[in-house]
Amino acid sequence: MEIAELSVLLVWAAMTALAVALVSFAIDLGRRTEERAGTRARAAVGAAQAAVSGAPGTASVPPSGTEPRRRAAGIAMSTTWVGTALLLVAIVLRGLAAGRTPWANMYEFTLVGSFVALAVFLGLSTRRDVRFLGTFVTGLVVLFLALGVNVFYVAATGLQPALQNYWLVIHVGVAIAATGILTVAFVASVLQLLRDSRDSGVPFLARTGFRWLDRVPTPGSLETLSFRLNAVGFVLWTFTLIGGAIWAEHAWGRYWGWDVKEVWSFVVWVVYAAYLHARTTRGWSGRRAAWFVVVGYACVLFNFTGVNLIFNGKHSYSGL
Amino acid sequence: MSDSTTYRPEGIADEFSEGSYAEQVPPSGTGPTLPALGWRGTLRWTWRQLTSMRVALMLLMLLAVAAVPGSILPQRPQDPAAVLTYLADNPTAGEWLDRLGFFDVYSSVWFSAIYLMLFVSLVGCIVPRTAAHARAMRDRPPRTPARFERFPARAETTTSATPDEVTDAVVAHLRGRVRWLPVFRVDAGAEEARSARGRVPGRPATRTVAAERGYLRETGNLVFHLALLGLLVSVVLGQLLHYRGQAIVTEGRGFANAVVDYDTFESGEWFSPRSLVPFSMTLDEFSSEFASDRVAFAQARDFTAYVTVTEPDGESSAETIKVNHPLQIDGSKIYLQGNGFAPEITVNDAEGQVAFSGRVPFLPEDQMYTSRGVVKVPDVSAGLEQIGLVGYFLPTAVVEQDGSARSVFPQPRDPLLVLEVYRGDLGLDEGVPQNVYRLDTANLTASVGEDGERVKVLLRPGETADLPDGLGTVTLGEDVPRYVALDLRHDPSLAWVLTFSLLALAGLAVSLFTPRRRVWVRSWSEADPADGAGRTVTRVEVAGLARGDDAGLQDEVDRALGAVPCRESASDTSATDTTTEG
Ligand code: HEM
Repeated sequence: MEIAELSVLLVWAAMTALAVALVSFAIDLGRRTEERAGTRARAAVGAAQAAVSGAPGTASVPPSGTEPRRRAAGIAMSTTWVGTALLLVAIVLRGLAAGRTPWANMYEFTLVGSFVALAVFLGLSTRRDVRFLGTFVTGLVVLFLALGVNVFYVAATGLQPALQNYWLVIHVGVAIAATGILTVAFVASVLQLLRDSRDSGVPFLARTGFRWLDRVPTPGSLETLSFRLNAVGFVLWTFTLIGGAIWAEHAWGRYWGWDVKEVWSFVVWVVYAAYLHARTTRGWSGRRAAWFVVVGYACVLFNFTGVNLIFNGKHSYSGL
Repeated sequence: MSDSTTYRPEGIADEFSEGSYAEQVPPSGTGPTLPALGWRGTLRWTWRQLTSMRVALMLLMLLAVAAVPGSILPQRPQDPAAVLTYLADNPTAGEWLDRLGFFDVYSSVWFSAIYLMLFVSLVGCIVPRTAAHARAMRDRPPRTPARFERFPARAETTTSATPDEVTDAVVAHLRGRVRWLPVFRVDAGAEEARSARGRVPGRPATRTVAAERGYLRETGNLVFHLALLGLLVSVVLGQLLHYRGQAIVTEGRGFANAVVDYDTFESGEWFSPRSLVPFSMTLDEFSSEFASDRVAFAQARDFTAYVTVTEPDGESSAETIKVNHPLQIDGSKIYLQGNGFAPEITVNDAEGQVAFSGRVPFLPEDQMYTSRGVVKVPDVSAGLEQIGLVGYFLPTAVVEQDGSARSVFPQPRDPLLVLEVYRGDLGLDEGVPQNVYRLDTANLTASVGEDGERVKVLLRPGETADLPDGLGTVTLGEDVPRYVALDLRHDPSLAWVLTFSLLALAGLAVSLFTPRRRVWVRSWSEADPADGAGRTVTRVEVAGLARGDDAGLQDEVDRALGAVPCRESASDTSATDTTTEG
């Protein structure tokens, strides 16, 4: 079997492991809801205090001691580790097959971006309990990988002259890292919005089907988590723009020319900048700021898919 | 902790992030109302509105929205031909869109207005904040609060060192090792003994330390915003001073850096032709590589132009230009933007006179370098009709059964030139500028064969063929020279654009990731309860406060406590006790 085919097989294997993780995470969320519905009021207050006082490591950990063993969550975490490792091997093999850095087209971008999102999630989970994010992070990643394999796939091959540059490693690498981090931040903000709506009694979210929302941290600590990730993502995105501009100066003979990809990268940047401002503007922090994250992430996704597939700009390296 | 939700770290408010500097002016809650203050009042009111956070936020959102149409509608600077097509397809809507600047969004009045207002708002925000920050840098850290209980991070210990020794050691630790860049700004003080008052218990005389770190946070923020301003100014200056020229050069030929030598030349308002350094350049050779494996068949792998550059002082050097590796000469860059074949074509007219001889660049139209070109032959002998040739150059030609030909590889393995022939008036004499790559066939007659089909003249290198209708002959040269499309660009502002971008990035990172913390220490002597002889020990309390959620705060407090010395080592360490709230 050729290395390139092995790489694809490993992507499928990773998807399988992550699908198992997804189901286990979901079971864990549901089960904890059943078991612990009674103690929720207390736990919520505890979490709120932890978030406000800013004590280290306590922001999302419910009071310890009363916690039953969470078998499903254990299975979910280990399968996530396995899936992430498989994905990493798949990426490395893809690079070997093509004989270059494995992030030069949409398929590879999807693989590596998904890997970064998983890595951020796993990295966070070594420092605090973020297992409530698991369902959504693995869910999104399985979706992305399925799209990648079925829609974006192109055969592994060399690079056209415009891409033969060390900036491919830096510019695209940083763009992917930013996208992966913003993905996890987006999940946190969506949960923040949902939990906040449930707390304030929105009828739809008050149904029993949404009881699991009581088990995610308070909107306050979700907002903090989202902000931290978004701050890192925003700095990386800024660097993506600057790096892209430096590269464009070399490759296309101008650093900025309002090419479609440039326009949308700019829009994304401005939306996240607005988010950072909204957070600190009276009357705009909290829910409204979280909506900026949702819009910003939608723009990130559009910049990746829509701009590559619909418009025909200089930046059409998807190979499709 | 019932007041936890309303707890605000006192005194650490940073105008920018805790609401806004200018927002204090319109009372919060109620919407802005226009006060009857006359025109000066109105002006001031307008200024405050413009520089408020809320307006900056609105402008940012507007900017994001306003940038979008430019990615949907064709834009003149990028693709003028697409704009013309759009206008032809949508005459009514197109005209209105055009009037409103939708085909050049990024220099339209409304787009410019948004970002200019944003920058005005930014200046209005930055100037007072810079002043306030400069003041804060000179101020002393906030006084040591009376009670430490309400602070989120605390620690305490007892030691045998005196309060003075404790204070000196902690101050030294907090300042850090680098003299000129202290980690904390520190203020050591003393408090008189004090008797109990209300809920506040009495206390003996104490030594205090008040310290604050994280001024860089605000500095970074200001640097970021100022750098954005610098970026805008540099970009505008670049627009005014830059120039760019395009030239097509064939192998063995060259060009000089002079306005007249370029095929197209474009420059900013403040450009002066004197800024063109008069070097010259020859293209010695052009080489290209293409993949021949199955997966990526015929995909480009490398383009290299080998050139010789002669500087004004007569010195010459051999250089290469590649995609991604422009050639730098005297502050200008020369880019390899395109390449193709420029076959050498000679046309003899019906009287046998050479009517045209030269290299004709053919523009590649697909991956296999199927290239289209035009030969205009106006200078035929007197009394003859002018000749126009249109056709394709195929680097590796395959001729099908039906006579049609196509190229199957981009390298010149088996070149073929296929031409159609026109005669009549080329329309060159009216003085109207014409595109050299298009033949205006309005006043021309095509040569057709007996079957009514256009006659196609096929030529391989070195061959000569008769033109139909007795128009003469056409010859294709033995070698097929390559040409490169070069783009020379000079923009003196580049270094500034880069500097300000990197400054903005650095400022942003510093302002987002620098922790802002305050630490207070209080130490005093009291009788040692474990000592019958009535000796005293020193009690030390440390409290910490951070802006926002800060996972490292307790560590910071613990480290400060760790700096507390003890005279009889080992005996006191067990008394160290760390408290964490929450
Ligand atoms: C100012 C200029 C540039 C900006 C703002 C920019 C922005 C971006 C962004 C945001 C991405 C993330 C992925 C996506 O959304 O597709 C990206 C990916 C990428 N960029 Fe750039 N870029 C610029 C210049 C360049 C240049 C000059 C090149 C190469 C000649 C380049 C090559 C790529 C490639 C190969 C990818 C990944 C493949 C893909 O997503 O299709 N970029 N760029």
